[in-house]
Amino acid sequence: MLRSAVRIAKPASAVLRQRAPVASRAATRHFSRSAVASSDVRPASLDVFTEEEQMLRESVRRFAEDVVGPKVREMDEKEMMDPEIIKALFEQGLMGIEISADHGGSESSFTSAIIAIEELARVDPSVSVMCDVHNTLVNTVIRTHGTQEQKDKWLPLLAQSSLGSFCLSEPASGSDAFALQTRAKKDGDHWILNGTKMWITNSYEADIFLIFANVDPSKGYKGITCFLATKDMGIKIAKKEQKLGIRASSTCSLAFDDLRIPAENIIGGEGKGYKIAIEILNEGRIGIAAQMLGLAQGAFDKAVPYTFQRSQFGKPVGTFQGMAFQQAQAAVELEAARLLTYNAARRKEEGRDFVREAAIAKYYASQVAQKVSGAAIEWAGGVGFTRETGIEKYWRDSKIGAIYEGTSNIQLQTIAKFIQKQYS
Amino acid sequence: MRPSAVRLLNILVPVKRTVDYAVKIRVNPDQKGVDLNVKHSMNPFDEIAVEEAVRLREKLKDEVKSIKVVTIGPPKAAETLRTALAIGADSGIHIEIPESAPAPEPLGVAKALRAIIEREKDGVDLVIMGKQAIDDDAGQTGQMLAGLMDWAQATFASKLVVDPKSKEAEVTREVDGGLQELKCRLPLVVTTDLRLNEPRYASLPNIMKAKKKPIQKITPADLGVDLKPILETIKVTEPPKRVGGGKVENVDQLIAKLKEAGITPVKS
Repeated sequence: MLRSAVRIAKPASAVLRQRAPVASRAATRHFSRSAVASSDVRPASLDVFTEEEQMLRESVRRFAEDVVGPKVREMDEKEMMDPEIIKALFEQGLMGIEISADHGGSESSFTSAIIAIEELARVDPSVSVMCDVHNTLVNTVIRTHGTQEQKDKWLPLLAQSSLGSFCLSEPASGSDAFALQTRAKKDGDHWILNGTKMWITNSYEADIFLIFANVDPSKGYKGITCFLATKDMGIKIAKKEQKLGIRASSTCSLAFDDLRIPAENIIGGEGKGYKIAIEILNEGRIGIAAQMLGLAQGAFDKAVPYTFQRSQFGKPVGTFQGMAFQQAQAAVELEAARLLTYNAARRKEEGRDFVREAAIAKYYASQVAQKVSGAAIEWAGGVGFTRETGIEKYWRDSKIGAIYEGTSNIQLQTIAKFIQKQYS
Repeated sequence: MRPSAVRLLNILVPVKRTVDYAVKIRVNPDQKGVDLNVKHSMNPFDEIAVEEAVRLREKLKDEVKSIKVVTIGPPKAAETLRTALAIGADSGIHIEIPESAPAPEPLGVAKALRAIIEREKDGVDLVIMGKQAIDDDAGQTGQMLAGLMDWAQATFASKLVVDPKSKEAEVTREVDGGLQELKCRLPLVVTTDLRLNEPRYASLPNIMKAKKKPIQKITPADLGVDLKPILETIKVTEPPKRVGGGKVENVDQLIAKLKEAGITPVKS
């Protein structure tokens, strides 16, 4: 996403505007769908949540602990998502969080999606990323760029039964997303796609695929177009990757060999794919920040109680200063990651600039995730190193946070661009 | 066509906001109560009661006319009502008391519930409530309410079948030595045991819908009841710390230890 990261940088004036007084920035945070903060609204702290948001957190937490929890290890070992979990996520309304009730969705807010992603990751980051990609990438593209017919056709399926997958990356096009090589050629009222996609999350279980392909390479990135395909159109899984972490979340290569897609399945218009991808990945980063935050909290919550049960030299190991201070440090970083993540989410929900904040949140939360989950293993000692307790899994799962939906370097590049716009 | 003589069921489910079941309870330094500055949630037995009411509707469809939830508590208790509405209740009544007010006791609660039942225009046919709240573990309110109303009661229910046509309910209770089956006439107070059902997780669409369901706010004075405690708490202490056991090598040593502890065989 290198180029997109550069391109989304706002002009200096916008950056300066963004640095508005803290009070007005925080003001309307907890009112979903409110527009820009006004001075007569009382500012609230960053961890103020609406009653529905608290209920959602509570409900998803219990669902994750009771329904997902018992399957985490088995799914990790088998490198396979349990279909029952996917079904249960649909039943709980967690696969159509922002989709309107008319289309069978939950008609909730972006922040609610972020809360659900965080709480799922506390128990299993694999389940979390599946829910994240489906909601914040696939659903959002169709909600915001689909025509009324497309929304009526696809949103009910996405809200209730069909898993979605977002196909942008290719073997030779990762950070440099717009160098993608998949081509689409018009053939009557169809388009014919040829090419290969790689690192595609959810693709093994998905029914609905958003595929980015270039319809006119001579126009460069302005030829990139977003197509909606269904599995039965002939999408072939070329290879399922074997990974270090988030092993229950499928990641596959897809091969398109004269894949015929009806022309009516173009989303957002010909040549509009690059815009859609930039936009969507910017908000998608907040989802990954939430996943990493939940992951770090999950590792912390698993390891810390153990340090007060395990005694050495006659007292619980968690009471030794060397360990207590490490835990305090982790708590500080968790808090910071939480505030960054929810601030970015609220800004997005309020319709304000959030690109810089999303990049910061994603970058930082992925670092905290790796650090806290790594420390959690050490706090639990040998027990933390075994697969049985599930603590080491958080650490394996954390590594992807620095890689997908914009690598750490891409996030830094995005953040640096804002600095350069403002100061140079 | 349903015969017009059939009464439709109006169900009332009292719920209580309690300290969350997963919280480690700590006694306050003044030994008059426990630290309440912790996470709260709906009393788990009450959640089972709400779930049972919603299941009755799913089974009996339109024959369940209303599921009303009621709570007594400070402003924050409204969250508990909202949770019940998200599980599937239709409307809520919040009998609000100040944050600083002492916790109501079973008799006061039962009297408030009686007042609620008496002011319901369509009446109440069935009260489903937790057999106890996990904070005080009094386990008295349901029985007291049935007594005050002079209604039938079926406590610690593990199965509930209601027939609105005959206005009867069959209730299974888990008792020492097996299952007891009761047949009761409505109106009836049922208190729930753990095994009655497993409550669902409130789904996101239902959480969103709950926001639009009505909650009526009233005071104990509106009901003409006095919730002032009639019991005095003398002292609250933590249970004694468990001391680790020991291991013995053989049966003889075990018997010696038991005798040492003052345990003697029963003479037959």
